[in-house]
Amino acid sequence: MKKLIIALAATAAALCSTVPGAQAADKTKVCFVYVGTKTDGGWTQAHDLGRQELQKALGDKIETPYLESVPEGPDAERAIERMARSGCAVVFATSFGFMDATVKVAQKFPNVKFEHATGYKAAPNLATYNSRFYEGRYILGQIAAKMSKKGVAGYIASFPIPEVVMGINAFELGAKSVNPNFKLKVVWANTWFDPGKEADAAKALIDQGVDILTQHTDTTAPMQVAAERGIYAFGQASDMIAAGPKTQLTAIVDTWGAYYIKRTKALLDGTWKSEQIWDGLKDGILTMAPYTNMPDDVKAMAEETEAKIKSGELHPFTGPINKQDGTPWLKAGEKADDGTLLGMNFYVEGVDDKLPK
Amino acid sequence: MRIELQRRPAASGVFSLVSPLLALVLTLIFGAIMFRLLGKDPGHALYSFFVEPLLEVWSLHELAIKAGPLILIAVGLSVCYRSNNWNIGAEGQFTIGAITGSILPILVPQWHSVLVLPLMLVMGAAGGALFAGIPALLKTRFNTNEILVSLMLVYIAQLFLDWLVRGPWRDPKGFNFPQSISFAPEAVLPPLLDSGRAHASILFALLAAVLVWFMMRFMLKGFEVTVLGRSERAGRFAGFSARRMVWFSMMLSGAFAGLAGISEVSGSIGHLQPSISPGYGFTAIIVAFLGRLNPLGAIASGFVLALTYLGGEAAQLSIGVSDKVTRVFQGLLLFFVLSCDTLILYRVRIIFGSGRAREAKS
Amino acid sequence: MIEAILLTIITAATPLVIAAMGELVTERAGVLNLGVEGMMIMGAVCAFAGAQLTGLPLVGLVAGIVGGALFSLLFGFLTLTLVTNQVATGLALTLLGLGLSGQLGEAFVGIPGVKLAPIVIPVLSDIPVVGPLLFRQDITFYLSIALVIGVNWFLFRSRTGLKLRAIGDNHGSAHALGISVIRTRYLAVMFGGACAGLAGAQLSLVYTPQWVENMSAGRGWIALALVVFASWRPWRVLAGGYIFGAVGILQLHAQAFGIGVPSQFLSMLPYAVTIVVLIIISHNRRTTLINTPACLGKPFVPDR
Repeated sequence: MKKLIIALAATAAALCSTVPGAQAADKTKVCFVYVGTKTDGGWTQAHDLGRQELQKALGDKIETPYLESVPEGPDAERAIERMARSGCAVVFATSFGFMDATVKVAQKFPNVKFEHATGYKAAPNLATYNSRFYEGRYILGQIAAKMSKKGVAGYIASFPIPEVVMGINAFELGAKSVNPNFKLKVVWANTWFDPGKEADAAKALIDQGVDILTQHTDTTAPMQVAAERGIYAFGQASDMIAAGPKTQLTAIVDTWGAYYIKRTKALLDGTWKSEQIWDGLKDGILTMAPYTNMPDDVKAMAEETEAKIKSGELHPFTGPINKQDGTPWLKAGEKADDGTLLGMNFYVEGVDDKLPK
Repeated sequence: MRIELQRRPAASGVFSLVSPLLALVLTLIFGAIMFRLLGKDPGHALYSFFVEPLLEVWSLHELAIKAGPLILIAVGLSVCYRSNNWNIGAEGQFTIGAITGSILPILVPQWHSVLVLPLMLVMGAAGGALFAGIPALLKTRFNTNEILVSLMLVYIAQLFLDWLVRGPWRDPKGFNFPQSISFAPEAVLPPLLDSGRAHASILFALLAAVLVWFMMRFMLKGFEVTVLGRSERAGRFAGFSARRMVWFSMMLSGAFAGLAGISEVSGSIGHLQPSISPGYGFTAIIVAFLGRLNPLGAIASGFVLALTYLGGEAAQLSIGVSDKVTRVFQGLLLFFVLSCDTLILYRVRIIFGSGRAREAKS
Repeated sequence: MIEAILLTIITAATPLVIAAMGELVTERAGVLNLGVEGMMIMGAVCAFAGAQLTGLPLVGLVAGIVGGALFSLLFGFLTLTLVTNQVATGLALTLLGLGLSGQLGEAFVGIPGVKLAPIVIPVLSDIPVVGPLLFRQDITFYLSIALVIGVNWFLFRSRTGLKLRAIGDNHGSAHALGISVIRTRYLAVMFGGACAGLAGAQLSLVYTPQWVENMSAGRGWIALALVVFASWRPWRVLAGGYIFGAVGILQLHAQAFGIGVPSQFLSMLPYAVTIVVLIIISHNRRTTLINTPACLGKPFVPDR
């Protein structure tokens, strides 16, 4: 036995003898912290595609290390601090739940730049960035109202946070701009990621009479259910056409790459500033997947709306808009300010759901 | 070929020391093979896993932060399991402890006093204990199975927390994001040293481990736990009550889990949010068993497990192995540790040839 | 609409019932395998891979079963041959399964799956309401029902089943009577693994025909709970699986219908209902004790 142990130890020692080599050249390190795995098919994958695009665009100047599956909480603070210590010039923290952790680490490392996705706390070396997903959802709503025969759509929501509430409202407003009586049913799955539960929610909505589906959860399960039941649906976060070639009308595709390239270039030029950035369709931070499975006039309408949003001619949250209970919110022509949108916790008229208080 | 075990007359002292080392060596070898197959430099990978996290002071602090709740919960669970009560819902008790402990800083933030922090810790522990009292009550009153009840209560606790931080306890100035207000400074467990984040949670864990070890070793209560755990009948003859033991062990483990919960929220996070634990309550079950249900063993196993988490992260960065590989590697390590522990109680003989080999085959 | 709801419930309950039936047999033989979640996710990835590589979902189904069974052998070797602690080994198996399946499945992320086609049973499927519900299902549903009937017969009507229960109740005596404890337990563990694998296959081939990491999302734990809930009786597993499935689906309908209760409380319902039902059925202390395998989780080493 003793001999065996010695032999084993020797082997182990031999295997371990390769000492870690020195770090590769002095490229600028642009680092990413992910909440999910980079192949989750949804939120994190979209960020990772953005990272890959960035690496491709500026490949000779930068390295892009990343950490995946970082839980929100104390683990996040450690992961972000590890990044800061490992020589990162900028750290992109890609989940709302990383906010306070990022703030704390940013205080500790004033020479490192930080960017936090979808949050609201900033500092001289901490910028925030977000995407105006609602612009895309407004277009989805318009298409839904055109394509739905019953005038009722189903919305599979994840968690009641302002981002999601804003999306629901934008969808409903888009739909009502086409059909003033359009109704929207909402089911909260209380998960971002559980294909089974998302499919169940999709089935429940269809059984309750909706004939078009949209989702704010990450897997393609609802799209598959819609395909099976022969109704239309919209993709989320990535182009889900493969899951429903005859089902997907379009999808809101998160294309963070454009943003990451812009900010990294600014960093390399020395023009990086801490800003609170909320980019939209016109900046390329989100893109609409090809408009498919719809008549030409609907497609033309969608394209026109997209163009109008890009040019700034149309803001989805433009009055007159009433709140769910019928009380007025925005006067005719009045536009919602970003602060209200980012903290949105009420529905607009026509949403058939009660928001948890 | 078959493997035959022969019970040793007494547990082998030599092997209780050698077996963890042997397990480590086997893990290193298999890990090296695995990393080689994945096309990574095995030396570098193992270095990242086991050495790199230990080299820097800040990283040692992080190790303590990660190990604290694991050890604290595992110590309570080891008493529970020794007494033959199967609390697998520590994750839920952790969550409820975090909630009840946060009542003061969230609902009466204007109360500034040195009493706040101690009260929070007490309330957290009490909350965890009471929540663990539910399976205890149902077991003693209605004879329900505590495994099932405590597990179901985990999901209920997490959803309750979710509702709280998105509803009544949401920070009114937080743009309706799902977070409570940040705790005032006197409600935060301060860092132990200036060199890093580690706070009192690791001290609670070590203290709890030593106290429970003392109880199990030298006090009548410890004897009661062991006897009732071995055989309820024997315990009855000795005049011990199995019913009271259900309450004692469940509430003790619940209190430790609750204390871990509020310490984590107060010391490491600073506010309540929907996700406060990366599965500490479940991982602690492994920690308890790896530590052979011995409170002092839980200290060692807690640190080892915490090390693999930190190491996995370091390896992701330095050599780019994914977090899945980390989990596979952790699984391997656990398997080897568990298998090698067989050597303590049994002599293992490998017999070649067939003979009565059919017994071991399937 | 009721028919549609029932169909959804059946799909949701089937994997729970299948995995729980496997674990029930394992536990009746006296082995507690907490690795159901790990075996299930391995089954899911093997099934998806099998179906993708061959284009035949049925091959995938078999791959899932075999994958689950082989993976459970690892647990069997450790707990039965090396008599490691069953609770810890089972938890480690889950950890390993989640990691390994993620690694194996990396190539299959984002590929649309092939759905297992339903098998329409002639004549019976034409009965109104009942026909479409029960006789136009895919093979996993039929298997789940067959499993309940078969396991019930096996455990309580067959000699081998009697031996298996004897081993679970008192492995010392069973060994003295010349019953091969270890071999039977290996088979029971593999049966549990095969069933968990089949349940995983149902997830990636029927429930949601796709592969994503962690797609079992805790269903293995629910299956484990169901076995306890059912106090180790097959028919109660079926009932429990359907109660759990039904409450989960109905809460979604309640939401879509627009009742104003916070969704978190509705999501709690399946768990709360399980506890309440358990309280009602475990009131009778004697029947519970009779059904609990007395040697559950205890190590066994044959004397030689």
